[in-house]
Formats: sequence, C-alpha cells, structure tokens
Amino acid sequence: MDITFVIEKFVLVAVIFGISLLIAMYSTYAERKVAAFLQDRLGPDRAGPAGMFQPLADGLKMFMKEEIIPTHANKWLFMVGPGLAMLTACIGTAVIPWGSPVTIGSKVISLQVTDINVGVLYIFGVVSLSVYGVMIGGWASNNKYSLLSAIRAASQNISYEVAMGLSIIALLLVTNTLSLKEIVEQQHGWHWNVLYQPVGFILFIVCAFAETNRAPFDLPECETELIGGYHTEYSSMKLGFYLFAEYINMFVSSAVMSTLYFGGYNYPGMDYVATVAGPVIAPLIGTVVLFAKIFAFIFFFMWVRWTIPRFRYDQLMHLGWKVLMPLAIANVIITGIVIAIVEKF
Amino acid sequence: MEPLTNKKKVLIQKPLTFAERIYLPALTKGLSITISHFFKKEATIRYPEVEREMSINWRGMHSLKRDEDGRERCTACGLCALSCPAEAITMIAAERKPEEKNLYREEKYASVYEINMLRCIFCGLCEEACPKEAIYLDGPIVPSDYLRKDFIYGKDKLVEQPLVQK
Repeated sequence: MDITFVIEKFVLVAVIFGISLLIAMYSTYAERKVAAFLQDRLGPDRAGPAGMFQPLADGLKMFMKEEIIPTHANKWLFMVGPGLAMLTACIGTAVIPWGSPVTIGSKVISLQVTDINVGVLYIFGVVSLSVYGVMIGGWASNNKYSLLSAIRAASQNISYEVAMGLSIIALLLVTNTLSLKEIVEQQHGWHWNVLYQPVGFILFIVCAFAETNRAPFDLPECETELIGGYHTEYSSMKLGFYLFAEYINMFVSSAVMSTLYFGGYNYPGMDYVATVAGPVIAPLIGTVVLFAKIFAFIFFFMWVRWTIPRFRYDQLMHLGWKVLMPLAIANVIITGIVIAIVEKF
Repeated sequence: MEPLTNKKKVLIQKPLTFAERIYLPALTKGLSITISHFFKKEATIRYPEVEREMSINWRGMHSLKRDEDGRERCTACGLCALSCPAEAITMIAAERKPEEKNLYREEKYASVYEINMLRCIFCGLCEEACPKEAIYLDGPIVPSDYLRKDFIYGKDKLVEQPLVQK
C-alpha cells in the first residue's frame, strides 16, 4: 500500500477525531450559553474571556473527582459502558464527506475517511450500537434507577430507529444510492434533499432527537424520575464520557442531517467560487459551509431543549409507533408513486 | 341552588383540532417565543463588580457615627441594647478623660461596643432608640465567615472612619 495514502488517512482521522472532540467540548459551553441567553441570563463568563475556558475547567474538574465503582456493580461492564458510548459516538464521523476532494498538484486528497458504498447503512449500524453503551452502563450499575433508565433508553432507541429507517428509505428512493459521497454530489446546486423530502426530513430530525436522547425525548436521564438516569452511579471521567458522548452524538447527527438533507458541503454559487479560489481553497470553503450547517443544527438542538417540555413515556411510544411510523410508511409509498409517475412520463 | 358568587366558570374541553394535534404549529410558536428571548437584555447583575441598588429603607450592617468634629457620638446609654429584641448588643461604658475630648463627644463613652451579627435580626430598633443619632444600619450586607466568634463585631469594625484623616 502507498505510504502517503496511509499518512493522508491517518492525518484526516486524527483531525476529524480532534475536531469532533473539540466541538463536543465547546457544545457543553454553547449549551450553557444558549440556555442562559434563552432564559435572559448571561451564562458562564468567569473562566477566561466570556467564559471561553469553562469547558477546560469542567474537564479538569471531572478528572480530579474521586472515582467510585459501586461494590455490587459488575466491574468490567461498568468500565466498558462509558468507553463503548464514546466509541460508538466517535466512529460515526468516518463516512461523512467533509468536503469535495482537494487537488494539490496532480494529487487528489479526499476529505472523507472512507467512501463505503453502504455509508447510510453504516451510520445506521453505529446509531443502533450507541444504545449499548447506555444499556451496559445502566445494567452494570446494579441500581434500579439506572436499570429503568437503560430499559427506557433501549425501547426508545429501538422504537425510533424504525421510523428513522423508514424515513431514510424514502430518501434512498430519491437518491438511488447509499454512498454518502454520491448523495452529497447529487445535491449540487440547490437540489437539496430537504426540498424533495420535507416530511422525511421532519421525521428524521424528530427521530434524531430521540436517538441522541436529547430533550424533549431525554427520558433516559430525566432527573425528576430517575435521579441521573443510567449514569446515576457514575462519577469522575466515566460520567464525563457519558455526557461527552451525548454531545458527540449530537454533532454526528447534525453532520448526518446536513449531509443527507441540506446538501453537505454544497452552497449556492460554489461553482463560481471554485473558479476564483482554486482547487485547494474552494473545497475548504465547502467544509466551512458544512460546519456552519452543523452548528446551526446543534443550535437548533439546544433551542428545542429550552422550548419543549419532556414527553411522558406513553406519549413517546404513542408518537413513535402510532404517528411517526405510519407517516413514514405513507411517505415511502407516496414518494414511490411520484417517482414512478415522473419516470414514466 | 343559587350560586353565592358569579365567579364560577364552566370549563369546556373541546377535542383538539387537526392543527393542534399535529403539534408543529404550536412547536414553531413556542420556538419563536424562546428565540425572542435570545435577543432580550439579560437580567443578570454581575455581583462582585456590579451591585444591585438597595431600596431606601434597606437595613444592612451597623455603623457607629461620628459628629462633625470627628468625635464618636455614642454615649453608652445602653438604650440600643435595651431595645434590641435579639439581645445582640453589649457595651461597656467608660468615663472620658480630659485629653480625650477630641475623641468622644460626651463625658461618657463606650469603651467596648459589640454586636453579634448572628443574633442581630436587622430590625432597626437600635437605630430608632438611639437618642444621639449614633447608630445607623446603613452598611452593606454582613459578609460571611467561618467561625462564630468572628461574627461578634467590635468597635474596630463598627465605628465609621473619620471624614478627614488627621
């Protein structure tokens, strides 16, 4: 194998990993700031200018805390849980195309770690795996609150994966491919999938909220009923990992939504920019645009959190099975019929 | 039966309309309300740097006043201690010596004047009882401390600084 290829991919993986950790870190800060602004407050502003070092202080605090493993916990699984949550959160970024290929001289560098032809399926696999971190952590804690929360998380994720998968099927009918790279390339020049699949997008974003355990679907960690949820027994950086994994999940699902529905790194007028900026700068501008979309989605996640109260468990199940799923099936059928008619004439 | 008042209101719960049941219009309305708060002015006061303005009848830490010549007004009559419902004030009176005329206004003064800030309820009765206008509760909030003994404030903390340092 070509050694430059290995180096190129290694650097790309390291950069993406670093960026997702950095964004997750500053998402905690942004969450507190957005919450504060939405509630007419100021938010953290003491550590550094405008509180910019707050995440560092929080991280340091997490590391310095005493680590407690309950006596009757399953020690091995108790330690595996947070790691698994973190791992599954991080590996989702591998198939997302972060920009169009950069051309340096005769060399073309792809800004995507791997373009597997079943990219969407891969994302789904990772998303499905993410429930294991919560499940294992909740079960291994040997605490009834944690177990209840883990069960909730599992049933919630499984229920919403159904609707999410069905909303994706409608999207795939439009795109005819599972490769994320091709899906993005098809959306070039205002052919954003959200315009073809508005209902599918709404279904997908609702399911994404549920899959990332964000408000209003944050039942697995609702303090009023379950103390801390599945991480009740966790302390120190293990707790930090769980909280961190949630923010990475948020980042990844924002990236997936931007890629699948909002054109990824495409933006209006990019062909003109490409002729002006050259083959190195233009793809990077696309990357910046993609990140702007991602940040917009992250902001939306936070915005919704401080707007909608938490769903009750039965309401959650009702919404997932009796509303979203029939709607998703109807969406698939209608999309199929429309595509068949369009192709015929 | 005839109702006693006409305040009774019959609540009719209509079934939700379709627009209400799909939840999205209500959702966008809620989101627009929260985003409008994003651009509103914060109610936060950055405490140590900025302090909230207290009301005009605010009662804080006590201060023992001086007269226009910088002499202590207190004459250790004990009316403040007597009026105090929490029994927070104690004092020891002493006689002024001739060379101390520039320090104390009357012949009698308080050599020790102590207020236990943990007992004090900041009712302001000492201020009302004082015939010499020597004590006022016009200070800031009493700061926190670690030991009970540190809350007994003596004259070093209570007597106000002279206007002009000589």
